[in-house]
Amino acid sequence: MLLNQFLMLGAVLFCIGVYGVIVRKNAVLVLMSIELILNSVNINLLAFSLRNGSVDGHTFALYVIAVAAAEVGVGLAMVLLMYRNRRSVGLDDLSEMKG
Amino acid sequence: MIAADLLVAQNVGFGIIAALMVIGALRVVTTNNVVHAALWLVVVLAGAAAQYILLAAEFVAVTQIMVYIGAVMVLFLFGTMLTRARIGAEKDLNNKNAIIGLPIAVLLLATMLLALNDGFTDERLPTDAPVTTTQQVSDQIFGIYLLPFWALSFVLLAAAIGAIVLARRD
Repeated sequence: MLLNQFLMLGAVLFCIGVYGVIVRKNAVLVLMSIELILNSVNINLLAFSLRNGSVDGHTFALYVIAVAAAEVGVGLAMVLLMYRNRRSVGLDDLSEMKG
Repeated sequence: MIAADLLVAQNVGFGIIAALMVIGALRVVTTNNVVHAALWLVVVLAGAAAQYILLAAEFVAVTQIMVYIGAVMVLFLFGTMLTRARIGAEKDLNNKNAIIGLPIAVLLLATMLLALNDGFTDERLPTDAPVTTTQQVSDQIFGIYLLPFWALSFVLLAAAIGAIVLARRD
C-alpha cells in the first residue's frame, strides 16, 4: 500500500470537515464537522506511525480521541444551554458582541 | 494506484472503505436532516476504524469504535433530540454566506493534494511491519508520555464537571 493513499484520504476528509464548519449554521452539525477533521488527523498520525515503525502515533491518536470526547461533551452542554436560553441552535443568532 | 501489484486485497479494501467514508462525509455536510447527518457520521467513523486496522493499529481501532460509535454518537443523538422540536428535514441549517465555503475547501484540498503528491510520490508503507501490540502502546502511554496522560485525565475531569454545571437546571 502506498503511504499517499492514506494521507490523501485524510486530506479529503479534512477539507470536507472544513467545508462543513464554514457552511453549517446548526451548532450540532458544526461539532460533527469538527469530528470529521479530528478523524482525518488520526488517520495521518497512524499512517506515519506505520511508515516510521514507531508507536508514538498510536499514543497521539488515543490522546486526540480522548480530547475529542471531552470537546463533544462540553460543546453539546453549551449547545443545550444556548437552546434553553434562546430557543435556537443557530450560530448566527449569537451576535451580541458584534459592534 | 501503483502498488496494485502487491497486496491486492488490502488495496481493494482500502478503496471500498475510502469511497464509503468520502460519501458519508459529504452527506454529513450536505444533508438537511440532523439525525441523518449523525447516522452518516457513524459510517465515516466506522470506516476510519477499518482504516486503522489496515494500518496495523488494532487498539486504536477498538478505542475508536468504543469511544466514538459507542459514546460520542449517543451524545450527538441526545443533543439533537434535546435541542430540536421536530424530527425530520429542515431548511435552515446553512449559513447566510455559505457560498464562500466551497471555494475555500476546494483550494485547500488542491493545495494539500499537490503537496502530498510532491512529498511522498509513491512511497510505500512497509509490508512486513510487525503489528503494534497493546503492550507497546501502554508502555508509551505510561512511560515517556505519562505527563500528557495526567493532563488529559484532568481535561476529561474538567470537561465532565463543566458539562454537568452548564447543562443542569438550577
